[in-house]
Amino acid sequence: MLHDSSIAASVPAIALSGVSKSFPGVKALNAVALTLHAGEVTALVGENGAGKSTLVKILTGIHQPDAGEITVRGEPMRFATPQAAAEAGVTAIHQETVLFDELSVAENVFLGHAPRTRFGFVDWATMERRARDLLKGIGASIDPRLPLKDLGIANQHLVAVARALSTDAQVVIMDEPTAALSQKEIEELYTLVETLKENGKAILFISHKFDEIFRIADRYTVFRDGEMVAEGRIAETDSNALVRLMVGRAVDTIFPERETKAGEPVLTVSGYSHPTEFADIGFELRRGEILGFYGLVGAGRSEFMQALFGITKPSKGAIRIDSEVAVIRSPAEAIEKGIVYVPEERGRQGAVGPLPIFQNITLPSLTRTSRRGFLRLAEEFALARQYGERLDLRAASLDQPVGNLSGGNQQKVVIAKWLATQPKIIILDEPTKGVDIGSKAAVHAFMSELVEQGLSIIMVSSEIPEIMGMSDRVIVMREGRIAATYEREAITAEKLVRAAAAIGEAA
Amino acid sequence: MSETAANPRRIPDRLSGRGMAALQSWESLLVVVAIAVFVANTLASPYFLDPYSLSDATYNFTERAMIGFAMALLIISGEIDLSVASIIALASTAMGAAAAAGFGIPVLVVVALVVGLVCGAFNGFLVTRLGLPSIVVTIGTLSLFRGIAFIVLGDQAYTSYPSGFSWFGMGYVFWVVTFELVLFVVFAVIYGIVLHKTNFGRQVTVIGNNPTAALFSGIRVARVKFILFLLTGVMSGIAAVCLTARLGSTRPSIALGWELEVVTMVVLGGVNILGGSGTIPGVVLGAMIMGMVTFGLGLLNVPGTVMSIFTGILLIAVIALPIVWRRVRTRMRT
Repeated sequence: MLHDSSIAASVPAIALSGVSKSFPGVKALNAVALTLHAGEVTALVGENGAGKSTLVKILTGIHQPDAGEITVRGEPMRFATPQAAAEAGVTAIHQETVLFDELSVAENVFLGHAPRTRFGFVDWATMERRARDLLKGIGASIDPRLPLKDLGIANQHLVAVARALSTDAQVVIMDEPTAALSQKEIEELYTLVETLKENGKAILFISHKFDEIFRIADRYTVFRDGEMVAEGRIAETDSNALVRLMVGRAVDTIFPERETKAGEPVLTVSGYSHPTEFADIGFELRRGEILGFYGLVGAGRSEFMQALFGITKPSKGAIRIDSEVAVIRSPAEAIEKGIVYVPEERGRQGAVGPLPIFQNITLPSLTRTSRRGFLRLAEEFALARQYGERLDLRAASLDQPVGNLSGGNQQKVVIAKWLATQPKIIILDEPTKGVDIGSKAAVHAFMSELVEQGLSIIMVSSEIPEIMGMSDRVIVMREGRIAATYEREAITAEKLVRAAAAIGEAA
Repeated sequence: MSETAANPRRIPDRLSGRGMAALQSWESLLVVVAIAVFVANTLASPYFLDPYSLSDATYNFTERAMIGFAMALLIISGEIDLSVASIIALASTAMGAAAAAGFGIPVLVVVALVVGLVCGAFNGFLVTRLGLPSIVVTIGTLSLFRGIAFIVLGDQAYTSYPSGFSWFGMGYVFWVVTFELVLFVVFAVIYGIVLHKTNFGRQVTVIGNNPTAALFSGIRVARVKFILFLLTGVMSGIAAVCLTARLGSTRPSIALGWELEVVTMVVLGGVNILGGSGTIPGVVLGAMIMGMVTFGLGLLNVPGTVMSIFTGILLIAVIALPIVWRRVRTRMRT
C-alpha cells in the first residue's frame, strides 16, 4: 500500500509533537507526540486516564492544546474549532456515535455539507443517491431515507464511516468502535477498516482489546499517565510487551501501609443478575476488608453497585447482610441496612451543588439530627463539623455552597455525608476520579482508617495503582460478569489488564 | 496527613451574620414594593384606607394564596400543578350538587376536600407513578376537571347553599378580620414551618435542586412529590369552599384563569420557576402585592380584561427578571 503513494509515506498525514494539555489539578497530556501515516492503522493503547480521550478531543478541535504543534501533511495547523478540524480532514467515530437519531441516514451523512440545488435548497435526490453510493462502497445496503434511530449500533457505525468518507476525511479516528458490537459486526468493521486503508486514509484506532489491535493495526503508540512512552510496528511486538508498557510504571503514589485483618463475612451476594447490565455476580465481603472491583469502562461495575444500593432492581439474586437474608428495594432501605454508595458522578448523583455543605452532609442523617421531623440546625452543624473535620475538609464555612468547592473537597463532602450515617458497608465508585493528588492521598488514608475501625469497603476503580495499592482482594469484571478474583499477594497489573480485556496467558 | 488529622482545622458554621444577606434578599425588595403599592393605592383612592375597604382587599389574594403556599412547595420540588383552578370548579360543582341534595354544611366542606384530594392524587399518580411531566399532565387535567363541571352544569348554576355557609367566605372573626384572612395567616405559618423548619421541607428543596442526588441520598422522591400534589389538591378544595361561600353560587367558569394568577404570585414571591429555591414569607409578600395591585386597579375602574393582561405581563416579567439579572451580573464579572 505504501508503494503507490510514496509521498504520503514520507510526509505523515497528521503529526503531533510536544502537545500538552492541563485541566485544573491534573496534567492530562505532557508533551506527547503522535504520527499517523496514510494507508496505515495506528493503535493507541493505554489505561483509562492515560490521556487518550484528551488527545482525541485535541485532534477533533474540541480542546485546544496548551503547547505543541499539529501538522497536517507537513503544514502546521491549529484546530480552533471542531469545524476547523473537520475542514483539515480529521473525523472521529466515537464509542457512542455522535449522530442525530431523528434525522435520516442521508441527512446524517451530509449534515453540514448537503448538496444544494441551484436555488440553494437541499438537493434531496442527489443527497440520497450519493449517500446510497457511499454506503454501498463500504458494503452496507442501508436505505438512506430511514431515520437513524431505526438502525442498529453496527449500522449506525457504518453511517458514521460513510459520513467520514463523504467529507473526504484523510484522518479517521475510531474511539473504541467495537465496544457495543457483536462478534459478527466486529468482523464487518474490520473489513471496513481495510477499505478505509485501501482508500489511503490514516486511521487512529483506540481499543482496549488486544486481539483487535493485533488483527488490524500496523503501528502502535502507548500512552501512560499523559505521556507517550513507546511507539513502533505491531509486527515487532507482542501483547506481553504492550501490557508492560501500559502499566509498567514506578508506583509513585504512596499508599497507606496497613495490615489486612478481614473478619467474618458482612455481605454475601449470590447470583445477582440484571437483564442487560450484569449477570450472576456472587462474592463475599468480609469485615474490615477493602474489596476492589476492577474492569474496563462499561464492564457493568457501577450498574451492579447501583443495584446493590437499591437504585435499579436486579432480576435475580439474593444478598445476606451479617448472614441474614436482606432485600433492598430502594436507597432508603440500603441506608437503613448500613450500605451506602458514593457515586462516580459526583456532580449529578452525589452533591447538591447549590445547597450548603452542612445540608449536604446531614441529608441522609436528617432523622438523627432532627426531632419529630423538625430540623435542629445546631445538631446539623455539629454533625457536619465532626465529619468534615475528620476528612480534613477545606472550606470557608459550613454554610458555603458545595458547588463552590474544588473537586477533591466536594468528594470529601460526599464521603462525609455517607460516613455520618455510620454505615457498615461503604461502596466507593471511582473515589478519586477528577480529584487532585493531595485530596487523593487524604481519601486513601481515610479509607484505611475506616477498615481499621471495622467497616467494609467496596472500591470500584479503573486506576490500577489505586486498585493495587488499596485492595485486600480484587474482583475483575468483564462484560457484566466476574472474570477473575485475586488475593492481595497475587495481584499484578498484568493479570488485572489481562482479565479485564480477556487476553490469554500466552498471547 | 496524620498531623492534620490530630489537629484539625476548625471550619466556622457561617462566615458573617445573616443580616447582610437578608437585606440583599428578594424578600426585602418585595417589602419595598409592597409599601410602594400601598402608598400608591392610598393616593389613588380616598376609600382605600378605610378598614372595611382594606378588609375587602384581602379577598383578592387570600383564596389564591392558600393554593399558592402548596404550589410554592410543588414548584420548589421541580413540579407544577396548572389544574388548581379546575379543581376549584369541580369541587365547587360537587358541593353544589351535595347542597342541592339537601346535605348540610359539614358534608359540603368534606365533599370539597375529598374532591381536592382525589384530583391531587390523580395528578400525583400520573406524574410520580407513570413518570409523566407535570406541566403536560396538569394541562390535561386542567381541561378534564373543568370539563366535568361543564358537563354537570351546562349553562346552569347551583345557587342554593344553606344559610350560614357564606360565613366561610364573608364572615368576620373579629372586627374587620375575616375568616379567610385568619385561614391565610394560619396556612402561611404552617407552610412556613413545613418548608423551612422540617425534614420534609429540606427534602423538597433538595429534590428541586438535584432529584438524582436526592434519590441517591435515600430520599423517597416519588413519595414526597405525591404528597405535594395531594396538598395542592386539598388546598384547592379549601379555596373552593371559601370562594363558593363568598360567591354563593357555582358556575362552571368559577375561578377561571386562577392557575396563572397563583403561579404568578408564587414566582413574584421569589420561588424559582425551575425549582430548588423559594420562601413562604416571599410568597406571602407576593400574594399581598398582587392582591393590592389588582384591588387598586379595581378602585380605578380598570376593567377585568386589562387586569388579565396585567397578570400575563407580570408573570413574564417576574420569570424573566431574575434570569436576565443573573446574565447581566455574570457579564459584569467577566
